[in-house]
Amino acid sequence: MSFYIASSPHHHQRRTTAKLMQWVLIAMLPGFLAQLYFFGWGVILQLLLAIAVALAAESLCLLARDRAPSTGLQDNTAIVTAALLAVSIPPLAPWWIIVIGTLFSIVVVKHLFGGVGHNIFNPAMAGYVVLLISFPVQMTAWMPPTGLATQAPSFIDSLYLFLFQFTSEGFSLEQMRRVDTGAMLDAVVMATPLDHLKTQLSQGATLSEAMQHPQFTGLAGMGWQWVNLGYLLGGLLLLQQRIIQWHIPVALIASLAFCALLGSILAPDYLPGLSIHLFSGATMFAAFFIATDPVSAATSSKGKLIYAGLIGVLIYVIRSYGGYPDAVAFAVLLANLCVPVIDQYTRPVTYGHRKEQG
Amino acid sequence: MAVEISATSKLWRFPGGIHPPERKAPANLNNIQRFPLPPMLFIPLHQHIGEDGELCVAVGDYVLKGQPLTIPGVNNGLPVHATTSGTITAIHEHPLNHPSGLTGLTVCLEPDGKEAWYPRQPLNNMDALSQREVLQHLQAMGIAGLGGAGFPTARKVAGAKNIDVLIINGVECEPYIASDDRLMREHAKEILAGSHILQKLTFAKQLVIAIEDNKPEAAAAFREAIEQFSVTADFSADGADPAGSAARTNRQPILKIVPTRYPSGGEKQLIQVLTGKQVPVRGLPADIGILMQNVATAYAVERAVNHGEPLLERVVTITGEAVKNPGTAWALLGTPIDYLLAQSGFKPGKKQRVIMGGPMMGFTVTNLQIPVIKTTNCVLAPTHKELTPPQAEMACIRCGACEIACPASLLPQQLQWLAKAQDYAGLKQHHLADCIECGACAYVCPSQIPLVQYYRQAKAEIREQTIEQQKSEIARQRFEARQARLEREKEERLEKHRKAAEARKAAQAARQSEATATEQDPVKAALARVKAKKAQQTAPAANTESPQGPAGSASQTTPEHKVDQKTDQKDAVAAAVARAKAKKAERDRLAQAENNNEAEKPIAAKNAPDHDKKDAVAAAVARAKAKKAERERLAQAENNASTTNTKGSDNG
Amino acid sequence: MSWLVGIIALSAIALAAGLILGFAAIRFRVESDPIVEQIDGLLPQTQCGQCGYPGCRPYAEAIANGDELNKCPPGGQATIDQLADLLGREAKPLDEAHGEEAQKTVAVIREDECIGCTKCIQACPVDAILGAAKQMHTVIADECTGCDLCVEPCPVDCIDMVPVATKPERWKWQLDQIPVAVVDAGQNTATSAPSASKVS
Repeated sequence: MSFYIASSPHHHQRRTTAKLMQWVLIAMLPGFLAQLYFFGWGVILQLLLAIAVALAAESLCLLARDRAPSTGLQDNTAIVTAALLAVSIPPLAPWWIIVIGTLFSIVVVKHLFGGVGHNIFNPAMAGYVVLLISFPVQMTAWMPPTGLATQAPSFIDSLYLFLFQFTSEGFSLEQMRRVDTGAMLDAVVMATPLDHLKTQLSQGATLSEAMQHPQFTGLAGMGWQWVNLGYLLGGLLLLQQRIIQWHIPVALIASLAFCALLGSILAPDYLPGLSIHLFSGATMFAAFFIATDPVSAATSSKGKLIYAGLIGVLIYVIRSYGGYPDAVAFAVLLANLCVPVIDQYTRPVTYGHRKEQG
Repeated sequence: MAVEISATSKLWRFPGGIHPPERKAPANLNNIQRFPLPPMLFIPLHQHIGEDGELCVAVGDYVLKGQPLTIPGVNNGLPVHATTSGTITAIHEHPLNHPSGLTGLTVCLEPDGKEAWYPRQPLNNMDALSQREVLQHLQAMGIAGLGGAGFPTARKVAGAKNIDVLIINGVECEPYIASDDRLMREHAKEILAGSHILQKLTFAKQLVIAIEDNKPEAAAAFREAIEQFSVTADFSADGADPAGSAARTNRQPILKIVPTRYPSGGEKQLIQVLTGKQVPVRGLPADIGILMQNVATAYAVERAVNHGEPLLERVVTITGEAVKNPGTAWALLGTPIDYLLAQSGFKPGKKQRVIMGGPMMGFTVTNLQIPVIKTTNCVLAPTHKELTPPQAEMACIRCGACEIACPASLLPQQLQWLAKAQDYAGLKQHHLADCIECGACAYVCPSQIPLVQYYRQAKAEIREQTIEQQKSEIARQRFEARQARLEREKEERLEKHRKAAEARKAAQAARQSEATATEQDPVKAALARVKAKKAQQTAPAANTESPQGPAGSASQTTPEHKVDQKTDQKDAVAAAVARAKAKKAERDRLAQAENNNEAEKPIAAKNAPDHDKKDAVAAAVARAKAKKAERERLAQAENNASTTNTKGSDNG
Repeated sequence: MSWLVGIIALSAIALAAGLILGFAAIRFRVESDPIVEQIDGLLPQTQCGQCGYPGCRPYAEAIANGDELNKCPPGGQATIDQLADLLGREAKPLDEAHGEEAQKTVAVIREDECIGCTKCIQACPVDAILGAAKQMHTVIADECTGCDLCVEPCPVDCIDMVPVATKPERWKWQLDQIPVAVVDAGQNTATSAPSASKVS
């Protein structure tokens, strides 16, 4: 018989990184299902390829860095990165888009910076930004949501489009994206609500004119509002399970909402309102799944508030005055850059170091 | 600003904290047991902070229960007592109750089963004694803090001035441990009495007893004790005057129930919970008018003052699923823990862990012979299913869970990076020293990083560096002092030489003038010269003749004593040289003999023990010679080697 | 004409910047110890001379004048790293020619063999040996730096360099270095303490 030596504490909460990541994946389901419903089979194709590429890249990187892939893969972080990137890109973007994005996320953003825990930038968002500025055409080719599309592609069509950019009958992606606009004679190419607003507003239309488009129903545009509500639901699950703290989502949504309200009061004709900002684009996804990535976020509670508040403001500023219709990725990367400074100035006061008054 | 606590005053919150499973049952269900005497007790001399005491017993001595074994050392150390009557069978190095598993000097006491007491001296008239006398008594009784670090109680009380509140800590927040819980349930009255003694000693205005809300039975026991106390209060004598009654209301103990949250039992955390104040960094609770003592310490104080019993035993929780009958027991200090475990039905599993203390801050031990000491509150033998051994450490994902859990508001994650990078300056800057090693951060860490272990090692390294730095500073000063001294001595020597040379010159000049003067008295001068010559001649053979003889007579007979003194010196030198020669010859002879008799030496030494010293010297000299020879041989060999080498290179 | 404006403007900016820099250099000067003092502070002060200099301070002066950093075995790699950090030079591994980084030791005189020659006293760089001619000598363990300079001069080889035993107070939490006591499965008595009690 021999005795076992270990350092205290001898008791551990049995919640490992792998389990945390599993919860993140589970919480993504509602939003993911909404995306699947409104944007078709492409979403699932992107996801599967992204996960496959991510796992392969992670293993090769770990091998190249003399780490055991078996232990490195167990933490599920690569899968989460892949999933976050997969749901961010247009569902029927060609397959090599997601491959390039995933490889960049895993190899360059994560492992070249020292692997899990050492990356300065959010891998999924860095990968997304690289794709967006390198392949703007493919990266903005969103399908119209189900209900607007003249023809929703079948699974086989989606697969063909994903792999070859043509359906089995020879229609191109551009043709598939045409929308039945009802009143208007010519079918127009579909754009996301935010993209549409940006284009219209830049052409001198007022907000109400721009909102004439049939996709603007309900809160913030057909399909997108449900996707956002799905991610909100998943985010609440993460909060309830204490996988994430409330600070980041609350601060992000609050600062974005504050800016949106201020904007719609100051210039109601030219700046989209609260519901558009909160429930369109990737707002909820960013608030609960992107900005909460612990590695690239600020660490202290106060720091998290500042960090997420900064993201909210940046999203609003870029959406309203920048060149891109949605701005989550840029906002998150810019805030990532500020994290060391935020951490430096939000250190909690250690016990006994507080200056007592009187 | 004075601290004041009332029964209804607000409870505060310390940051962080965790809620690990408590698992106090089943150990807290039954009464405190008393096991039969163990067959052997191991009483280590080093049990608390401070220098070890000086041993005052010897192997073979018969000692009585409560008899001091040591005289306390410097720094107000505490004596160590025999915990039962019996015979001291050995005093040797024995494994210590310490995470390092190192050994220390330990008295092995074989109990005779009689439990015969050493005379006890209770302080019956405590009120008549000064604080100093009572504290001396507590020190002699070996009372130390039984809650944490085992700090001598008398020293803690003596160091505390202007105490507003005395807090008796019955929180016992660590999972599994039920020692204080059981003690409070069964001995609330005694604890209360001990607390009052401590209150009198500290002149504290208020007495607060703090218990976690997961121990309702203990709280009930205290409520009852306090009620009884207010009825029969021994302070009611001075109830006549209003000032006295005011004092009495203050003497009424206040029971505070604090919410269960680990580590609320930590001194600093409990103070924050009760008062909302923080102990200033590098300060003591006394700086904000607070003194804290553990309930078990209060009980020990009561035993010491009212019964004259030294601290000989304490309550130990023996628990964990590898133990068949978990519970609490009175264990004599020095009881080996394997005895306690065996009495509780210990069934070790494969790679069994035995933890001294609780699951959060305890340490694993490898040797079950280690004794119970004053700070041993729990022996935990968990199964692997119960407390899973640590998994492989994974990379930190900066999730910040540790920071949320940290009760000291540190940045555990940052500290971990710094500790791994061995950035000790950075660690100091991030207040590593304020870490209380509670383990909350490592408990919540999803990457299974043994954070506390990193901090401990870093702390030890910083401490070591500080010590080394102090030592090297002293060494530097000593080196510089020595250099200065050598320099000074050299200068002094030169000065002396210079003076001697001057004196010589002066003497020469004097002789010359004398020479002219002697013409007036040629006879005397001639006589002196003859005498001097004679002295010079006798000098070489000065072995037997006293050198003082001629010189002395010369100084008596001649006024030219300067010249004679010189001769005198010469004589002395010659004599010394001769002596040295003789000695060398003697030594050579001895060494020769020694060399010849090398093989027989041990027998010879045995035969003539009184020649030991001489032999040793001779042996030393022989070794010196051998060493010299060896060195020469080596040098030779090296020379040879180098020549062959050069030859070799020439060839190549 | 415009080029003249350019030259004047640039000169003015350069002048202003120079003045600001010069002012800052004086106003915000950081007072620091002379470099030799700082180096000396990092050296372990064993005064052992293994570096080839007669003590730590001479070596500190030599380093300040460009000598290698890696000649100090008692300080070991830690000292080399600190020195490299201080001087902004590259940290090299310890130069084996000057000795190896060994465990800390103190000198102990076997007192019954000492002949009282005072040679070790003269050799000790920190005056840590007590004694007089023809009197037995002894080492003040607390002051001994473990330089082993006294070992060589001793004519009777009665000085031992004894490793410093780790005390519990100065233990460094090396859990992996604790010897695991292997215990017989049948009984709970540790093998390392055979005199211990049997479990009843």
